[in-house]
Amino acid sequence: MARAAILRRLSWQAASIAEIREETDTARTFVLDVAGWEGHTAGQHVDLRLTADNGYSAQRSYSIASAPADDRLEVTVQRVPDGEVSGYLVDAAQPGDMVELRGPVGGYFTWDPEELDPVLLVAGGSGIVPLMSMIRARGALHSRVPFRLIYSTRGPGAAIYADELRRRVRDDRGLDVAYAYTREVPEGWPRPAGRLDAALLTAAGWPADLRPAAFVCGPTGFVEAVADLLVAQGNDPSRVKTERFGPTGG
Amino acid sequence: MAVVTRGFTGRGRVDPKLPPGQYLTEDFPVLSAGPTPRIDLNRWKFSVVTETGQKHSWSWQELLALPAEDVTVDIHCVTKWSKFGTRWHGVPVDTLLADVETAADYVMAHSYGGYTTNVPLEDLTDGQAWIAYRYDGEDLAPEHGGPARLLVPHLYFWKSAKWVNGLEMMPEDSPGFWESAGYHNYGDPWREQRYYGD
Repeated sequence: MARAAILRRLSWQAASIAEIREETDTARTFVLDVAGWEGHTAGQHVDLRLTADNGYSAQRSYSIASAPADDRLEVTVQRVPDGEVSGYLVDAAQPGDMVELRGPVGGYFTWDPEELDPVLLVAGGSGIVPLMSMIRARGALHSRVPFRLIYSTRGPGAAIYADELRRRVRDDRGLDVAYAYTREVPEGWPRPAGRLDAALLTAAGWPADLRPAAFVCGPTGFVEAVADLLVAQGNDPSRVKTERFGPTGG
Repeated sequence: MAVVTRGFTGRGRVDPKLPPGQYLTEDFPVLSAGPTPRIDLNRWKFSVVTETGQKHSWSWQELLALPAEDVTVDIHCVTKWSKFGTRWHGVPVDTLLADVETAADYVMAHSYGGYTTNVPLEDLTDGQAWIAYRYDGEDLAPEHGGPARLLVPHLYFWKSAKWVNGLEMMPEDSPGFWESAGYHNYGDPWREQRYYGD
């Protein structure tokens, strides 16, 4: 069944930007209207293609941020240095603009709500996006599967979805969120600025004997380090799913 | 009839060495589905297994003793980056198949960590594929597939299985890891065969 759902030919579809939300100084969420969108599984991505009026085009992959149950598809895009596509989207795109899209893509880095094992989500920077889709999917289903998110950002201002995560920790039972700030911490924060380490993974994650399903998404170096720590803590490598991006991107 | 995105100009240049939909990168991004396996070279083994169950195996020392080539190629990742002029060193797959008798048309590459990818045999022979163990003059780093990876540069780079430890000859084609997860069965970047049905 899952395979049949995944193996579907993906055509380019026109999408209009219905709404734009500023998430941080460098990240925006795009609410897209796509006629006949057939839904997705939390964790998947789409390809976006932009075409200039001289016919030149460029395409990039972006993770889906919205839950499968949401009415409209949302992607969150972080501007990357010299980003040909992300630069346009974050700095210039406006509601009403048209792009092309195809997807959803990817049948591995996905959360299946029927799996009842505890879930550990570890995000570095904009690696939060596909993990947020999972958190939103869980919320929409009123799932009681225990979720723990550890979110590493430069500082509080760089955290995408911070307000929504605060609200969900209050309202979505069984969701915990911990932050690892790498450069600047708020007043009175108990942990000094620094990288996510084994101690924080132990404190805010799950014991390996519970066989949690782990999803790690972020820049390559971050994902390499976190995945190595999780394996060193006794997690089965096959239970640690990763998605890496950068240092370049678009 | 393309949809034009208002105000988008992009870089505006099309490099004829770039397959459709790709962009050029100077660094070397990493795409893997899980943690990077760490492999003890004393235990490393590479095997070719035929459809009749015949097995040919090489230890790490035996692999290094085989004649190897320097290869400079462009590589293309399905996630859209391409990198030009990458320099590898490794053993041609032709060498490893020289004494292998098979009537199979397809190959499943297997890796430490459980990764698999399927490739037609004819895409691995005649100087088109290598078991590469050095990159840019250095030992191949684990995150890029070391100690050794398959190198099939004319296909999208997920076909160049990292941490490779074997080639299984298959009379019938069968999808590997990404091929079962929505990606194209063959993966020719010049025909932009990214996803199922492209």
